[in-house]
Amino acid sequence: MASFFDQFMSPTLMGIPLMALAFVLPWLMFPNPAPRWINSRFLTLQSWFINRFTSQLLMPINVGGHNWALVLASLMIFLISLNMLGLLPYTFTPTTQLSLNMGLAMPLWLATVLIGLRNQPTAALGHLLPEGTPVPLIPVLIIIETISLFIRPLALGVRLTANLTAGHLLMQLIATAAFVLLPLMPTVAIVTSVVLLLLTILEVAVAMIQAYVFVLLMSLYLQENV
Amino acid sequence: MADRPVAIAEKRLMDVKLGELGTWIGGRDFTPNGLIASLRKGHDRYYNKYINVKKGGIGGVAMLLVGYVALSYMWEYDHIKHDRWRKYH
Repeated sequence: MASFFDQFMSPTLMGIPLMALAFVLPWLMFPNPAPRWINSRFLTLQSWFINRFTSQLLMPINVGGHNWALVLASLMIFLISLNMLGLLPYTFTPTTQLSLNMGLAMPLWLATVLIGLRNQPTAALGHLLPEGTPVPLIPVLIIIETISLFIRPLALGVRLTANLTAGHLLMQLIATAAFVLLPLMPTVAIVTSVVLLLLTILEVAVAMIQAYVFVLLMSLYLQENV
Repeated sequence: MADRPVAIAEKRLMDVKLGELGTWIGGRDFTPNGLIASLRKGHDRYYNKYINVKKGGIGGVAMLLVGYVALSYMWEYDHIKHDRWRKYH
């Protein structure tokens, strides 16, 4: 029985896993700039977007954190292209796999924590206690803040996975419903418009990446700023 | 103007005569490096013709994406064929 979760299975072609190909595809969409004064429209648009995004992202971080510009920008591009390509019909979205998202979230979060602990250990530990807490609450609050610190990578990975998986699943369900209702009821007009609306809202997958990188960023400048 | 003599294995596919097809296939480089090189060359040709132009439109990228959709359909066909309306699957 074909379930609705078949779209999330790793794609294979006669036993050969195609996952690597699904990963490499975003690479095709971002070509190198030609050694020319003015590039093609496609490239100009892309460079404008990337520059704009990176400058926006790095504004609140002090200069020490600018070493992370390349990592954060490439992460953003990777995620945004994977998600947007997954919206096309019949394609496979690697970011629906929890393994990928945890693999991205965990090392980067750990890096921010270690950098903070190495460069300014007092300040890093000081983040565990918000200012102005009443004295009796201090032990409890430190425990709570530690838990919240350790839950961050989990939250990052699961957030991305859950959002994308839920979106794809929902689209499939509603599309099936619309298709089934077509010979029976013209209520389909309403259902189809819901599908369209959902697809548009799913371009909020873009906002997903924003959320991802912003949260990552938040951890970063909390550690590295004064 | 007579064409310069070129080795059969190095001709483009459209220039190979039918009788020379066997020799052509035998002479091509099917090692992994060769395959990757041919993919790269094909990509460069497509890119330079359709995308890397001063006033490109949406066409170049759109063709690429439609090709990707078609390819994904082919790859997923084994799963998708169960989605048909049938009394007995």
